[in-house]
Amino acid sequence: MAGVYLKDKSTGNEMVTLAHGAGGVQSSELIHKLFIEKFSNSVIERMEDSAIVDLPNDGFHLAFTTDSFVVNPIFFKGGDIGKLAVCGTVNDLSCVGAVPRYLTMGFIIEEGFPISSLEKISESIAATAASCGVSIVAGDTKVVPSKAADGIFINSAGIGIIKNNIAISCSNATPGDIIIVSGGIGEHGAAILLARDDLGLQADIGSDCAPLNNMIHSVISISKIHTIRDITRGGLAAVLNEISGQSGVGMTILEDSIPLRKDVSAVCEILGLDPLNMACEGRVVLIVPPSSAIAVLGALRNHADGSGAQIIGEVTNGKQGRVSMVTSSGGTRVIFMPSGEQLPRIC
Amino acid sequence: MERNLIENLMEAARKGFPSERFEELIGSENGHVFRIMEVCGTHTMSIARYGIRDILPSNVKLVSGPGCPVCVTCNGYIDAAVEIAHQKDVITATFGDMVKVPGSACSLAVARAEGCDIRVVYSPLDCLEIALENPGKRVVFLSVGFETTIPPIALMIINSRKAGISNISVLTGNKTLPAVLEMIVSEKDRLIDGFLYPGHISAITGTALYERIADKYGMPGVIAGFEPMDILQAIYLLLSNIIVGRNVAVNCYERVVKSEGNKKARNVMNQVFEQCDAHWRGIGKVTGSGLKLRQEFSDMDAWRVFNMKEIETLELSGCICGDIIMGRSMPGECDLFGKACTPENPAGPCMVSSEGSCAAYYRYRI
Repeated sequence: MAGVYLKDKSTGNEMVTLAHGAGGVQSSELIHKLFIEKFSNSVIERMEDSAIVDLPNDGFHLAFTTDSFVVNPIFFKGGDIGKLAVCGTVNDLSCVGAVPRYLTMGFIIEEGFPISSLEKISESIAATAASCGVSIVAGDTKVVPSKAADGIFINSAGIGIIKNNIAISCSNATPGDIIIVSGGIGEHGAAILLARDDLGLQADIGSDCAPLNNMIHSVISISKIHTIRDITRGGLAAVLNEISGQSGVGMTILEDSIPLRKDVSAVCEILGLDPLNMACEGRVVLIVPPSSAIAVLGALRNHADGSGAQIIGEVTNGKQGRVSMVTSSGGTRVIFMPSGEQLPRIC
Repeated sequence: MERNLIENLMEAARKGFPSERFEELIGSENGHVFRIMEVCGTHTMSIARYGIRDILPSNVKLVSGPGCPVCVTCNGYIDAAVEIAHQKDVITATFGDMVKVPGSACSLAVARAEGCDIRVVYSPLDCLEIALENPGKRVVFLSVGFETTIPPIALMIINSRKAGISNISVLTGNKTLPAVLEMIVSEKDRLIDGFLYPGHISAITGTALYERIADKYGMPGVIAGFEPMDILQAIYLLLSNIIVGRNVAVNCYERVVKSEGNKKARNVMNQVFEQCDAHWRGIGKVTGSGLKLRQEFSDMDAWRVFNMKEIETLELSGCICGDIIMGRSMPGECDLFGKACTPENPAGPCMVSSEGSCAAYYRYRI
């Protein structure tokens, strides 16, 4: 890639410049070397204005979603913004019962961003996409002046196909249903906090970021599932409130049953944060009829990303939209929708 | 081996205390409503977090007192902080809980959205690093909190002197508990039966004040830690003493609190701060309950440096936070509660912080 890239005066690293976003020679070179070659499939290599993809003829619905990624820091233990960009969209599609097929990647890059970082992100996207069987078929690259973006922002949109006989929805939770979470909560949120480096805390916590389409597909294929929702910002508390609100049901969960690593719990204790509000990027909540619960739990635990799955509670006839938790001391408290940013307390 | 002991302690402390024990204790006192006031924001949080009220019998009421440092910080302090934040070359360093608190016009969160440089610090000592990294700017630390937080703030001030750092100012708003506790307990109508005393503040102050309150006013109390077992055992013991009329202060948090407290921490505090009067939001002026910087640190006094005054504004008409903080009323008795005043749109101090009585009550009951 010699000759195309300017070098940062202080570090000597090659960097992205406004020329790379201008649509000319430099743009073309960047897109070919960093994106087309790495994402590598017959659709994207045609380089048309739009991707033209094959889909089954009938008996299916199309699922379509989009998500944007602005995580800081860009690289963290267990992943990076590129991996997140694939996992986030793949998981959103999987949670409605779709098989994810095609993704787009739109990049907004701050002038001066190191090429080496962009290369790493691109490789991460390619590897994650390959690992879960999706293709990156279209993309866009813009470069903005210094300080107009924070390093790099990525938007990813995705389509998947849902067979007509699958009906998974946040409105389907029914009293008596069992609530399952696929693994330990708060690990992504804790990993990001620790990666910010200014806390003086050290722990071996990596993000739980992972594509869950294969795990979710294996569960859907053996059992009727009412609801699947991936846990992201707002944590488990947000997801349970969303589902109970949309379905018009109550929920009761047991604090002692919620899978939570001791070190994640300790980080939250020190900083005065609630693990129920901490972000995940590779965890789902499943609401299943009671007769399916054990089979679903077994199917989840057969996957590396679901090995920590636990039954945490049940859907009830209680006050609509109310999520109650029996605490480890035997008391009860209401789990509310998190509000505003999570901020640490004085003392 | 050591790790297992700590894990066992944590597990035991997190587990509950059978509610039947309370029934046995106060079974014959069914007609009486026991009102216990806790005066620590962390107790308010722990009680809500672990669902402690569920475990207690219905005639044992836990009342939140003025123990939430954010709640009792006046509008005028926030307004001054926001005005300073807007000034050129100022970095405002604050604890997290202050960020969302509304003053009479706006909060620090709004000021940050307007472009002010406002940074959340976990420890006051973080200010030293921020000041060194930004020699052309003035770091203004919002000094709020009770005795637990004051020693580290004092240490930060002492260390900045030693290191010759000259671009830190401190906007003092710290308060101390003794005067306001005496104010509550000397109310004409006895509103509470006993105090649940704050564990971490007591680690600094020691227990002499509580023994004096028990002796002089006949008001029993217990010093409690923050795990569910700590709180429940302390309440159990306090109820036992209330029932037999034993007006004493008992330390139930001996693993952290010594009767003499932490002399070293108090020395550091006294080196930097001296007593003054303070305004407690909802209560008004409480003599001798505040702290200001001693004369030799006046160059670091942000009130002086920025020529600020803490101007009081009136609370919304109908707000009875003052009565609630003093234990005279419960949140549900306020006309504004849950209507004009909610956690998202707080009208008064008790709803402002998630540790405030009304915020905790709102989240728990509704």
